[in-house]
Amino acid sequence: MDRKTRTRKATAIAAACAAGVLLAAGCSSSSGGKKAQTAANNISAGKATTARIKIAMITHAAPGDTFWDLIRKGAQAAAAKDNINLVYSSDPNAANQANLVQNAIDQKVDGIAITLAKPDAMKAAVAKAEAAGIPVVGFNAGLSAWKSQKLLEYFGQDEDIAGQAFGTKLNSIGAKSALCVVQEQGNVALETRCAGLKKTFKGKVQNLYVNGTDMPSVKSTITAKLRQDSSIDEIVTLGGPFALTAVQSVSDANSKAKVATFDLNQDVVKAIQAGTVQFAVDQQPYLQGYLAVDSLWLYKFNGNFSGGSAQPVLTGPAFVTKDNVATIAKFAANGTR
Amino acid sequence: MATAHTEAPAVGGPPSPTAPAAQDGRTAQRSLLRRLLGRPEIGALIAAIGVYAFFFAVAPSFRQADSLATVLYQASTMGIMALPVALLMIGGEFDLSAGVAVTTSALTAAMLSFQLTTNVWVGVIVALIVSLAVGALNGYMLVKTGLPSFLITLASFLMLQGLNLAVTKLLTGNVATDDISNMDGFNQAKKVFASEIDFGGVSLKITVLWWLVFAALATWVLLRTKFGNWIFAVGGHSESARAVGVPVKFTKIILFMTVGFGAWFVGMHLLFSFNTVQSGEGVGNEFLYIIAAVIGGCLLTGGYGSAIGSVIGAFIFGMVTQGIVYANWNPDWFKFFLGVMLLVATLVNLWVRRQATRR
Repeated sequence: MDRKTRTRKATAIAAACAAGVLLAAGCSSSSGGKKAQTAANNISAGKATTARIKIAMITHAAPGDTFWDLIRKGAQAAAAKDNINLVYSSDPNAANQANLVQNAIDQKVDGIAITLAKPDAMKAAVAKAEAAGIPVVGFNAGLSAWKSQKLLEYFGQDEDIAGQAFGTKLNSIGAKSALCVVQEQGNVALETRCAGLKKTFKGKVQNLYVNGTDMPSVKSTITAKLRQDSSIDEIVTLGGPFALTAVQSVSDANSKAKVATFDLNQDVVKAIQAGTVQFAVDQQPYLQGYLAVDSLWLYKFNGNFSGGSAQPVLTGPAFVTKDNVATIAKFAANGTR
Repeated sequence: MATAHTEAPAVGGPPSPTAPAAQDGRTAQRSLLRRLLGRPEIGALIAAIGVYAFFFAVAPSFRQADSLATVLYQASTMGIMALPVALLMIGGEFDLSAGVAVTTSALTAAMLSFQLTTNVWVGVIVALIVSLAVGALNGYMLVKTGLPSFLITLASFLMLQGLNLAVTKLLTGNVATDDISNMDGFNQAKKVFASEIDFGGVSLKITVLWWLVFAALATWVLLRTKFGNWIFAVGGHSESARAVGVPVKFTKIILFMTVGFGAWFVGMHLLFSFNTVQSGEGVGNEFLYIIAAVIGGCLLTGGYGSAIGSVIGAFIFGMVTQGIVYANWNPDWFKFFLGVMLLVATLVNLWVRRQATRR
């Protein structure tokens, strides 16, 4: 077969495949899908007329995480309002995150919003930024280190306090034995939540480590634990997607356990409405991202310090229960809660 | 050819010219035992029995039939992918993109169905085409460039990881897909990919059944077909294989496409089991598939191994992962225990193989 014939044949096959897909696309779904989804309302609050500035937001987020996506959306909303060129970058590796700070310094940005998940590893890079005259604010992680590293402000949740509040809530609903599901072993914020829970919860608390990047494995590991210990009556997950998986595990193990979670997403909101998830502790990630960027604009153009540069601005813990979920549902549908 | 690669070398030297033609019972028996021990999966099987017995003894809840079903589910989601990965390793290659390829497949089906508001089966079929195409591209790049599969698939791993995130964000505005559970065709697809079957009063995930079906098919291909011979040949020594007329390039491309098929199937399970997919999932799972294949007796150098071995390897991994939980060991030490148990299983496998080849 000569090249021309081969090319013609390949083109014909490709065309047939494309036609097949288009034809199949005609098999439209009578329910659900994009057509049924209401368009999300973009949050808009006018636009600043101040000079355009460049702000770098540097986080320890792993790619593809719904929680961090909300933080970024909040940051983008503030940037759009404040006439800011937002440069977002992230790396879960502390050394790489420090390099990203250096990158921002090299770009001569007007401000840096940073997460301090591993404060010691970031200390030198933050000091360099401050020495270069770049204002730095912290958010989400680093509550214990923001003042010692001379950050202007801090926006986030005290994970220990959030854990304690969670424990108190579990006491009030009569839970006796809780399982704290940690999706990333060694993550300080996650471990602190479970530690805070242990401080106030009067019952028994056990930690369970799962591989957060493998949902079937998460499901079977929680199921195994529920079978191993039938006294568990409350599963505490540390992220929205894991709560929904835990609900399936409860069913698989024929367990009496209830599920509650830290952090929120659209599907968790629906689950709270349906009663399959009891409640969620929301640290309002959208607000964290928004305030971090907005505060740098306020500092640059009006010399403002949120929290007077002495106290952190706590964005959580806010409890979302069946009683108040309706007010949040519409915002969750917009992808901002 | 398959026999030459899977059986152990002959035990003992050539027979003495004066030796009687007939062997006594003990010699024949030993020879049979040696041959049996020479099978790639036997070491893994012995290790699996040991691991099972160990957890059976130390973890009371491990003894329940329900618990075995949970272990099998954990093993099946890894094992379905470990099968094509094992075949590929026998063929002398690696695929480091296998973990994220599962997520790519699930994302493709979910987003295509949702964004075009089609019957979910449209997404399922397109995802299959995409998965096979990714596998074919990996294979084509390998045979065309002559670069090691480690590098080719490392590049595709990074590209797929980036695409998973970027395309999901571009199309949905989020980093996870929308819930497709209320769309046409969802329930039928769930029956195929993510349902449960009642097996003697125990609820067994359908992935376990599919896993065993695929294992039987892979074993048949490997040991009873010409293509199986080709796999061993290209893994053992591709130049020699080419010299005797084995279509090396074709074989390798098909093996990569088989991994693509596995990624599609597990991706569909992921989607129809959880209704929505996080775009960051799957990273690191490629190593688990390779681990399962290696525990099951595949050599990293290629040309040796079995499909059944990868099944046993995945089962060992499932038993250890869940057994540690059933045994209620200190969770801080989970990864350490996991590593120790897997190392012990692999060492048992190695010891058995050495016993078989000892002269």
